[in-house]
Amino acid sequence: MSSVFAYALIGVGLFTLGLYALIVHAHLLRKILALNVMGSGVFMTLVALAKRSGDVPDPVPHAMVITGIVVAVSATALALTLMLKLSAVSGRATLADDRQD
Amino acid sequence: MNWDEWIPLLVVASSLVPGLIIFALAEERVRLRTALNLLGAIVKLGLVGVMVWGVYREHIYETRLVLLPSLELVLRAGPLSLLFVTLSTALWLVTTIYAIGYLEGAPHRSRFFGFFSLCVTATVGVALSGNLITFLLFYELLTLSTYPLVVHRGTEAARRAGQTYLIYTVCGGALLLLGTVWLYSLAGTLEFIPRGFVNDLGPEHDSALIMIFILLIAGLGVKAALFPLHGWLPQAMVAPAPVSALLHAVAVVKAGAFGIVRVVYDVFGIGTAAALGVTMPLAWLAAFTIIYGSVRALFQDDLKRRLAFSTISQVAYIILGVAIVGPISTIGGVVHLVHQGLMKITLFFCAGNLAETLEIHKVSEMNGVGRRMPWTMAAFTIGAFGMIGAPPIAGFISKWYLGVGALEAGQSWVILVLVGSSLLNAMYFLPILHRAWFREPPDQWPADHQFGRKETAWALLLPPVATAVFALGVGLFASLAFSPLGWAKLIAAREFYQP
Amino acid sequence: MPEAFSQTPWALVLILLPLATGMISFLWPRLAISLGLVTAAILILAVVGLGWQIHSLDGGVYHHAVGGWGAPLGIDLYADGLSLLMLTTTALVGMGVSIYSVAYFEHEQALRFWPIWLLLLAALNALFLSADIFNLYVTLELLGLAAVTLTALAGSKAALDGAMRYLLATLLGSLCYLLGVELLYHSYGTVDIATLAERVAATPVVWAALGLMGAGLILKTALFPLHFWLPPAHSSAPAPVSAVLSALVIKATFYILLRLWLTLFNPLNESVATLLGLLGAAAVLWGSLQALRQTRLKLLIAYSTVAQIGYLFLAFPLAAVAALSTWNAVAYLALSHALAKAAMFLSAGNLLRFGGHDRIADLDRVVQRLPVTAMAFALAGVSIMGLPPSGGFIGKWLLLEAALEQNRWDLVLVMLLGGLLAAGYVFKVLGHSFTEAPVMHEAGTVPKAMEWAALLLAVAAVVLGFLTVPVLAWFGLGDVAGIGGVGS
Repeated sequence: MSSVFAYALIGVGLFTLGLYALIVHAHLLRKILALNVMGSGVFMTLVALAKRSGDVPDPVPHAMVITGIVVAVSATALALTLMLKLSAVSGRATLADDRQD
Repeated sequence: MNWDEWIPLLVVASSLVPGLIIFALAEERVRLRTALNLLGAIVKLGLVGVMVWGVYREHIYETRLVLLPSLELVLRAGPLSLLFVTLSTALWLVTTIYAIGYLEGAPHRSRFFGFFSLCVTATVGVALSGNLITFLLFYELLTLSTYPLVVHRGTEAARRAGQTYLIYTVCGGALLLLGTVWLYSLAGTLEFIPRGFVNDLGPEHDSALIMIFILLIAGLGVKAALFPLHGWLPQAMVAPAPVSALLHAVAVVKAGAFGIVRVVYDVFGIGTAAALGVTMPLAWLAAFTIIYGSVRALFQDDLKRRLAFSTISQVAYIILGVAIVGPISTIGGVVHLVHQGLMKITLFFCAGNLAETLEIHKVSEMNGVGRRMPWTMAAFTIGAFGMIGAPPIAGFISKWYLGVGALEAGQSWVILVLVGSSLLNAMYFLPILHRAWFREPPDQWPADHQFGRKETAWALLLPPVATAVFALGVGLFASLAFSPLGWAKLIAAREFYQP
Repeated sequence: MPEAFSQTPWALVLILLPLATGMISFLWPRLAISLGLVTAAILILAVVGLGWQIHSLDGGVYHHAVGGWGAPLGIDLYADGLSLLMLTTTALVGMGVSIYSVAYFEHEQALRFWPIWLLLLAALNALFLSADIFNLYVTLELLGLAAVTLTALAGSKAALDGAMRYLLATLLGSLCYLLGVELLYHSYGTVDIATLAERVAATPVVWAALGLMGAGLILKTALFPLHFWLPPAHSSAPAPVSAVLSALVIKATFYILLRLWLTLFNPLNESVATLLGLLGAAAVLWGSLQALRQTRLKLLIAYSTVAQIGYLFLAFPLAAVAALSTWNAVAYLALSHALAKAAMFLSAGNLLRFGGHDRIADLDRVVQRLPVTAMAFALAGVSIMGLPPSGGFIGKWLLLEAALEQNRWDLVLVMLLGGLLAAGYVFKVLGHSFTEAPVMHEAGTVPKAMEWAALLLAVAAVVLGFLTVPVLAWFGLGDVAGIGGVGS
């Protein structure tokens, strides 16, 4: 059980690290990477927690992870495209400063 | 569904439908627009006549529409509703004629008459409301439909006046809403019943009821221009004269005053209101407004502003009559709804004539104008004397009943207020009359639009003369059963005497 | 005919039709517009059909196991009064926006708009018909990606920037939500909502799941203080897209929050409800004040959305005692806001097309020159302000009633202030549209379809004020307030 716990904890740790990076870094590529790291963390936790007592792990979370990876890939593709277009139009790869909030 | 259930709805629709059609008309379709306006007004007048006849013979006219699972929209014709509805309808017809003349050649008339019709729809809805939620709905509709009329001219000054108007009326609406919802959550109903519907609530709700009363009166008092909520009224003078005439004689201020009458009589009941101790403060506030309005009017040179402050003062008479607990003062207050409407609209029409024909806006410019525009000034004179309270014009009747009622209810201080305000009225009206009739006219008026041999256009001349004659008539023939006074007696009887 | 009507699996139609037509219009662009309009029309029909089916079913809920595989492994479709309400909103706003978009987009942009718009509709419908929390995640992501793409459609710097911000926020929210799903699955071995509702209890894991899912969904619903991404995104998107974002997309995430609250998280604490109410109040006040300060029309409308979302959250602290009237109020507020806000954004689009700008102070006599649009904005404003007669008024009335009965004067005050501030910013726009601007402006033309689409949506928001009884009956199907969860 403890190895499951360790993996799950690492997963949550990745999630947190990614969250920190998302908020702190300004460059869009770093933000996108941060989101990917967070995603990996969530998937890792999911897989880790799929272990059941006995030999065969629970396949449902695995299915969820696969779905999640597909979603993550499409989302990343969209994000990267947006980033490229944005830098083409505005000459930089960061978000504009918040003028009004 | 039989006819009786449709008529109130039709009365409301008779100005809504023409209004919506008029919005879609092109500017140039003057005849069609005029025809629609007049048709709507005549149909409405006819239907109101039917209802008056029917109610006199104990018919019930009521339309109900489900709004929420436990709350309905109700339109009902009773004596008080009919009093207000008849006034609104008759004066709408007259004002429409006046507006057609006044806005001759002005831009955006389709828009104007469209909103004008909506405004009357809302007023008639307010009059025919059978419960507080229906009242609230039409009351807010009134705010929405009068705003475009206030900002009609499209100038920056108009926009600012509209902004002020809105701030006051929207805040008032919010207070009214709060009072209504609160009352509903306590009482479970909002139907207008003579002697009120809050009587069944036990004494533990007294403080809540007092708060609700204050909220409702404050919300209504904004439109009724009760001190200190009157600030929007003088500002709204920037609107064209037909708007001022309609708003200040018929629609907005009367809706507020009418609402206060409803709240005191048909929501709380005069007995409960007196027991809660809220009628005296209301009477004081009304009395203060009477004096305040008259004093401010003294210092205004702009004619419409002087009339505006006079309105503030005069509408408070209605509230005073209601707040004094007694049948005779009730009669005085309620009948003043009609009388003040007739007299004030006459005055505003005349002011509009002066502005349109001679471009006179100030009292100081009015020297000798009686010779140039005798009929207009004659109508003005009748209206002014009515305001002062000279018999046999309508205003005298109202003041008489108020005074007698006050004495009978043991509130003799009201006599002082009445006498004082009559004096003040004389002080700001008589000089105008003196100037107009007895001073020499200047060599040249600010402008002089000629209309052939008449002093001004027919459409501008007839309305004030007609309303002045009416104001005289309701005073002379007040003893008839069908006069406004007769109706007012009926209303008071139902509140005080019938089981 | 009636037989066929009641036998058709309308729920499947709602999802599969836009999915199919979306892909077809991507492959064969010439068919895009006609397919889009036909789909929008059929969706309305489908919602009516589904409503009919639910109405005649026992207990007023509809279950369908996709592909014959039932829960907990298969994907179930589930519809009750709440889903039906959201589906109806989607169908109505979808129709209005579709009509509008026919005239709005030029050829180039239209080719890119229609396929993604149809996919968005499919995602929305699938979301409202989902019966398990993981499927909700999938549809949520689909929705987010489609919405972001549509936001970026204009291609301007502001649009791309807003879209990027939106994408980052939405992905963050989804990941938090997914982590929450994980925790719940691990504790109870199922993702099916009904099953979870029976098994859930107040353990620390469930608390953590609530926190994560709640945080993610609140971010995606743009509740104060996590609303930062909304104004840039909603104001720089093309007008029909802004309409969809404010009216529908945000409501979808709110729907999930509501659904989870009613089924899973109900037995949990009052303090969460209080927190949500507090954030809602802050949203109402902050959003309205910010809206008042704006000089550009679309930003004003976007901040108005932030404020109106707050109203929905005021219901949570009240629901513990007066469940039925509070949730009825929420239903009404959500529906009216969707219609009214869509109408507002479409009107703004018209004004932008007309004058080339959306500066409020320069709305030169719009009332005279674009009367239909001005009327649409005014009527929509009436509902947003909560003035009678309108759907917004009914919602406000119900909420006020519930608050007064529980002596929650703080909430009453917030609601009234919110209404006053709303009147402030709505009439700010209307006042300028009556007035002549200091400098005369050139005028472009606005196609009739665009003006009338906006007006029809606005009229619907107002008419809603008179249809209370049927709408609430519709919403009550399936006894939403009493599904599954303990207490209600």
